[in-house]
Amino acid sequence: MTATAAPVRPASARAVRPRRERRSRRRGWLLAAGLTAVAILVVFPLYWMVVSALTAGGQSQSSEFSLWPEAPTLGNFTEVFATQPVWRWLGNSLLVAGVGTALSVCVSLGAGYALAKYRFRGRGLLYAVFLVTIMIPIQVTLVPAFLVVARLGLVDSPWAVILPTLFDVVGIFIARQFMLGVPDALLEAARLDGAGELRTFFRVVLPSCGPLVGVLVILGFMNRWNDFLWPLVVLQGNESLTVPVGLSTLTGNPAFSSPWGAVMAVATVAVVPLLVVFLVFQKTFVQGIASTGIK
Amino acid sequence: MSPRDETRTASRAGRWAPYLFVGPAGLLFLAFSLVPIVIAVALSFQDTATLGDGNWVGGDNYRTMLADPLLRTALLNTVVFTVGTVPTAMAIGLALAVALDRPLPGRGLLRALFFVPMVAAGVVVGVIMSWIFNPDYGVANNALRALGLEGLPWLTSPRTAMLTLVLVVVWTRIGFCMVIYLGALQSIPSELREAAAIDGASRWQRFRGLTVPMLAPTTSILLILNVVFSLQAFDVIYVMTGGGPGFSTTVLIQYVFRSAFADARMGYAAALGLLLVLILLVFTLLRQRATKKAEELL
Repeated sequence: MTATAAPVRPASARAVRPRRERRSRRRGWLLAAGLTAVAILVVFPLYWMVVSALTAGGQSQSSEFSLWPEAPTLGNFTEVFATQPVWRWLGNSLLVAGVGTALSVCVSLGAGYALAKYRFRGRGLLYAVFLVTIMIPIQVTLVPAFLVVARLGLVDSPWAVILPTLFDVVGIFIARQFMLGVPDALLEAARLDGAGELRTFFRVVLPSCGPLVGVLVILGFMNRWNDFLWPLVVLQGNESLTVPVGLSTLTGNPAFSSPWGAVMAVATVAVVPLLVVFLVFQKTFVQGIASTGIK
Repeated sequence: MSPRDETRTASRAGRWAPYLFVGPAGLLFLAFSLVPIVIAVALSFQDTATLGDGNWVGGDNYRTMLADPLLRTALLNTVVFTVGTVPTAMAIGLALAVALDRPLPGRGLLRALFFVPMVAAGVVVGVIMSWIFNPDYGVANNALRALGLEGLPWLTSPRTAMLTLVLVVVWTRIGFCMVIYLGALQSIPSELREAAAIDGASRWQRFRGLTVPMLAPTTSILLILNVVFSLQAFDVIYVMTGGGPGFSTTVLIQYVFRSAFADARMGYAAALGLLLVLILLVFTLLRQRATKKAEELL
């Protein structure tokens, strides 16, 4: 998402309208300054989370307040890590998001490939039915899906979180759109060379799907890492929670006289990994989120 | 892909291959989407408090809905929440996109900053904002008091709780709207804008007469997505207010959850859930028809 090059104007045009040019440049700086002020406001809550996490008691002890940590301390972190199974929560989240994303990407790639590159009976119907599920919010199927998971004996296991979210309509949709763009000639050539269907998929199609896999992985991981309602319903023991569910139990936790420092510490731990991923893979990230909107 | 190519590909392909590729998705869809939906429909005709077997009660749950004052409040709250969040987030997103579409110092960084809230989980947003808007120690009221104003009750009063939630949700949404609009703006041919500028159209005229109509399809998609997001917004509300104080921020989806798990009325919750699906479907269809009509007029 880096800035694209500014349109280059011929030098003569610039010489003809120097005043206008100067005025528009000044306007540009003014606009940038205004936008920076808005951007600071937008980022402030996350900044404040970090400041509170680094301040003893999360600044809730007095009505005096400071905009930066005056005596930064990791006390909140050590306290909450000592009294709550935060490492377990992190491990659970990593397991659920990692395994869930890996499996789900495979499912989506396969389904996207079949829907884009084969003609088979029921294809249109299947695709239409898949797409309708986008409209059905999880709350509607919450109780019945819980019944299914309970029948499978999975309650309180990470698989209870992983399995029902493996079918990812948006992922399948993105995969199909991308696979439509893979040239048929490529597949034909592979088949003429005697490659079987599976070999064609793994050796010819997949290697050309790098960007697609990047988008699916980042999107899938973020959604699973941040997921709340479904894990809240199927996970019960404090040791089996994921980070967001664990975090939600802290605000009313009587173990803390003032929970805000601890809450902000865990919130920081929950956000920072994704922020790092976002900063490193910004382009793929934005592309991924944008592609969920281009239906 | 021309139809002939497709047929040829298909005739060469093993007949089992597509089913093998789509099979896992199909099975998962069956087990974790279709079966639960069928069970949900069945539940909506039952009276069941626990997850055990219920009694068949015919359309009782649906009749109860008609006379349920709490449902009416929840629907009204849902409308207020949706109308409060969707146009606001879209307008701010559009303004940011237009501002950031032209060359500016630090443009890449600014875009990234506006996008950052998207990364945070709903729960994380919820706890941060609960803390910021805490009436006693929160930084929002501290800042107001530093300016010599009186602090607001924010989430603790039925009169301001919904407004606070709307503010927070708009905050999480503007980056998304901005990114989608930016993508669309970049696909408008620059010759068009230059031509309009040469014809003497002012900046505002160009925006109204050229940019807005060119963005219409994007606006329509964003509208649908944002409404769906708002109708399904759960995490932030659950963490920040739990639907309170009183019933003031209980939106439909919150009411579904509450009926199922707090009131243990699984059958009624299922019926409410199906009502929500119906609303979503009707909205999508209306929107599609409106878009088609608009296209015919053009």
